[in-house]
Amino acid sequence: MPPESDLNATPPPLVATTTLTPKSPLELFIVFTLLAMQGFGGVLAVAQRELVDRRRWLTREEFVDAYSLAQLLPGPNVVNLSLMLGDRFFGWRGAMAAIGGMLLLPLVVVLVLAASYNGLSDYPAVAGALRGMGAVAAGLMLAMGLKMLGALRGNVMGPVLCALLGAASLALIAILRVPLAWVVVGLGAAGWSLAGWCIFRQGRER
Amino acid sequence: MTGGLPLADLGPLFVHFLTLSLLSIGGAMSTAPEMHRYLVAERGWLGDADFTTAIALAQAAPGPNVLFVPVLGFQIAGIVGAAAALIGILLPSTLLSLGVSRWGSKRRDTPFVRAFTAGLAPVTVGLMFSSAWVLALPFVREPDHRLGGGVLIVATAAVMLRTRIAPIWLIAIGGAAGAIGWV
Repeated sequence: MPPESDLNATPPPLVATTTLTPKSPLELFIVFTLLAMQGFGGVLAVAQRELVDRRRWLTREEFVDAYSLAQLLPGPNVVNLSLMLGDRFFGWRGAMAAIGGMLLLPLVVVLVLAASYNGLSDYPAVAGALRGMGAVAAGLMLAMGLKMLGALRGNVMGPVLCALLGAASLALIAILRVPLAWVVVGLGAAGWSLAGWCIFRQGRER
Repeated sequence: MTGGLPLADLGPLFVHFLTLSLLSIGGAMSTAPEMHRYLVAERGWLGDADFTTAIALAQAAPGPNVLFVPVLGFQIAGIVGAAAALIGILLPSTLLSLGVSRWGSKRRDTPFVRAFTAGLAPVTVGLMFSSAWVLALPFVREPDHRLGGGVLIVATAAVMLRTRIAPIWLIAIGGAAGAIGWV
């Protein structure tokens, strides 16, 4: 929740041209801890608000650029993003401070929850609550998949090839239970070559 | 400290997460089906319900969703398991990301990198639907929970697509509905 005083403060210009910097790795650690602890069901939106709108450590463009790369790389997107931003300010010490802030306190919270759940799971209401939350988790993931379908609209390979690749990965992973490594390497190489070919053809037509 | 797991099994557990780290394009959640295949189906260290519980807990708690991974480790082998799982899933990807981001965020517009992103995107979306399927399995398999769970899954997806409500409210509603025995 943003504090109310935020509304009264001088609003930053819509596109910030000047940026500030954190004073120390410790400040990075504290700020990343605060934003992680606000992130129920996703930290990204909170990170954008804190780092860009409120603290002006980076511009919107820099944030979008960093997140695009964070998404492309393996690993949790938000962790990769923390890593890159921390590294930009204080090198590897900053990277460690940002990741530590993002993970340490939330880790303690979730493990305490897990440990007390083991003791509480005999109560039918607790088991039921977790089952209900599990169903919501499945629904959230389904919605995320459906939303991501929209992101494929501009894909250079076109709808048919995208549908084939997506359906193949769903069938291989969820139904045939083929190990992920085979699927990502196999279908990834196929997708990479297909997209490369489409980009090459597109370039020649111009 | 290692729960019920023999010490010798901590090695394979750690290596499993280390391997998955570099495959977790699109986030750790895209490797959930593979974790389920290995931890539940192949090794039998966890049940379907334990697995889904770990993900539900991580989503209910603040912080990045990758924290379902140390919860899985915790369920299998206590604190040591949690540490092994978290370090395993993060170490390789973190080193790679640091290297790559330093090496060339400027090369993003080259055909080579564009083909990589475009080619992998549909595969990643397929992985997300696979994760949804794996999370839904406890409800598909048990007739007692099929109706309530199914309604909740579909309703959640519909609300997420139609509104901008924060997921935490839906998780709270799901928890309440489950606690009074509707799911």
